[in-house]
Amino acid sequence: MKPDSTFREIGPQTDRVTVRFGSSELSLPRGENLAGALLVVGVMPFRHTPLSGAPRGPFCMMGACYDCLVEIDGINRQACMLQVTEGLQIERPSIKGAGNA
Amino acid sequence: MHSADLIVIGAGPAGMSAARRAAGSGLSVLLLDEQPAPGGQIYRDVDRASKTRGAILGSDFIDGLALTRRLAHDNITHLRGAVVWQIEEATRVNFTRNGKAELAEGRRILLATGALERPMPVPGWTLPGVMTAGAAQILLKQSGIACERAVLVGSGPLLYLVATQMVRAGVPPLALVETQTKADLARSLRHLGGALRGWPYLLKGLRMLWELRRAGIVRHVGATDIAVEGDRSASGVTFRVGGIEHRIACDTVLLHHGVVPNTQAARSIDIPHRWDDAQGCFAPECDEWGRTAVSSVFIAGDGAGIGGARAAALAGELVALEIARDLGGMTERERDAEARPLRSGLGAERAARSFIDSAYPPYAGALAPADDTIVCRCEEVTAGEIRRTAGLGCLGPNQAKAFVRAGMGPCQGRYCGLSVTRILSDTNGIPPDETGYYRIRPPLKPVTLGEIAALAEHETAEVGK
Repeated sequence: MKPDSTFREIGPQTDRVTVRFGSSELSLPRGENLAGALLVVGVMPFRHTPLSGAPRGPFCMMGACYDCLVEIDGINRQACMLQVTEGLQIERPSIKGAGNA
Repeated sequence: MHSADLIVIGAGPAGMSAARRAAGSGLSVLLLDEQPAPGGQIYRDVDRASKTRGAILGSDFIDGLALTRRLAHDNITHLRGAVVWQIEEATRVNFTRNGKAELAEGRRILLATGALERPMPVPGWTLPGVMTAGAAQILLKQSGIACERAVLVGSGPLLYLVATQMVRAGVPPLALVETQTKADLARSLRHLGGALRGWPYLLKGLRMLWELRRAGIVRHVGATDIAVEGDRSASGVTFRVGGIEHRIACDTVLLHHGVVPNTQAARSIDIPHRWDDAQGCFAPECDEWGRTAVSSVFIAGDGAGIGGARAAALAGELVALEIARDLGGMTERERDAEARPLRSGLGAERAARSFIDSAYPPYAGALAPADDTIVCRCEEVTAGEIRRTAGLGCLGPNQAKAFVRAGMGPCQGRYCGLSVTRILSDTNGIPPDETGYYRIRPPLKPVTLGEIAALAEHETAEVGK
C-alpha cells in the first residue's frame, strides 16, 4: 500500500469512521463509496488475480467489472457497490478463494 | 413478496421517467436499482452531488434533479440497493437487498439497465490506475474525488466532458490522447444535415473544446499504437501520431471509446438481439414502443440502443404509455396523443447521434487488439488465444468459453463479449450477427447461498401467517 494517493478529495469533508484493511487501520468518510474512499487513502492494488497473481484495482466503478473485489466477512464483494460503515474489516481476497465472487 | 403492475429495473433517466409516467397513469410501480440513490450512472447521486459539486459537474448533470424529484409519487415504491440477479417466467424478479434475497412479481417488466463502456483492450489496460472515463466521472459525481496526473485516452464527447469537469475541479488532466482522425471528421460531415437539428449538442461540444483550449490542455489527435506502461500500476501512456512516438508519464489512464447497451438482463431471458453496424454493438430487438419478443418485457433507454440521457428519459415515458395501454389504463388514442410530443422530442435528440457516431468511431486498435493483449480481464485471455480458437474451429463466443474460458469470470463477459465477437468474426470471416454472443445465464450478479436461504425463510414466514 502506497502512503500517498493520486486521488484527491475535492468535496466537503464528512465525518470519519475507522475501518480495517488487512493489518492497517484506516479513517474513511462515513457513508461514502468504499472503493473511492480506499483509493483516496492510497489502497492499491485492491486484489491480485487468481490466475496470474496480477495486481488489480477499480476499473468501472459501476458494479460491472469485478476488479475492485475485496473480502468482507469471508465473502468477496465489489468495493464500488458498498458504502463505508464503522468497523468494516476488509481483507484482500485470498488467491484461493478469489473465484467465489 | 413484492408485487406491482410494473417492475422497472434501473433508476437512470429511462427507468425514472417510465416509473413516473406509469405511476401517473394509475399503475403501481416497483423501481429496483443497485445504487443507494436514484440517477443511474449519468445522474449518479444527483440529489446530493448537485448541492456541493453542481458548478463542476455542469447544468446537464443538474437536469437529473427534475427526474429524481418526480419519483416521489404514491404509486412508486423505489427500493435502493436492490441487485437483480434473475428474471423468471418473464414476470418474477429475484434481487438481493441488505444481504437478503427478495422476490417481486410484476404484470409487466421494464428493463432500463442503460449502458456499459465499450471494452477498450489495449496493452496494459488491466493495470491498477487504468479506469474507464466513466469511472472517473462516477468518482467525481458520487464521491467528490478527482484523479491527479491523469491522461484521457480514446474518442467521443464523454472524454471532453470529463476533461472539462476535471479542469473545473482544479485537477486538470495532463493530456487527451484522441484516436479519431481528420478523415473521420470529414466523413461525419455528410451527417451534418441531421446534426444541425441537434445543434445544441454541437454547440456544447465546441464550448467544451474551447474550455479545454483555454485551460491549456494538450490534445493529441489521430493517435495509434496506444499502450499503457507500468509494472505494478500505470506509469505512462505511449502512442504514435503521424509516425512520431510519444510517451506521457502519468498515474491514471482513463479509457473511453463510446458506450454500448448493457444487454445482460435481456439476454438472460432470451430476448433476440441484432448487430448494429453503425454503433458497433448488439442491441435487443424491440419495436418503437420498447416491446420485445417476450410479451411482458419491455426495454427503454440506452439499453435498447445508445441515444443519450435525454433520449432515454423520453423513451422511458413512451414505453410507460404503451404499458399503461397494454394493462387497460388508457386507450390507444390517448396513448398516441400523449406520445406525439415525446416522439418529436426524441427525433431531435437522435438527430446529432449519427454525426457523433461517425466523427468519433471506436479505436481500431482496440477492436482488433494485438495477439498478446488481454481481452477477457477476468480469465486473462489474450486476443491471440481467441484467434487460435478460431483456427481450431471455434465459430462463436459460446464455444470460446469452452476453449479458453473467455467470458467465464465474475463479470460474465460484460467487458470482453463484444471484443470476442469481433475477433472471431474477423478471423473467421463470418458477420457478427452470425458469430453471435455469449449465452447469458442467471445469476446476473453473484449471489450467496446465505442470501438465497434468507428468501426461503421469508417465504416460510409468509406462508405461516
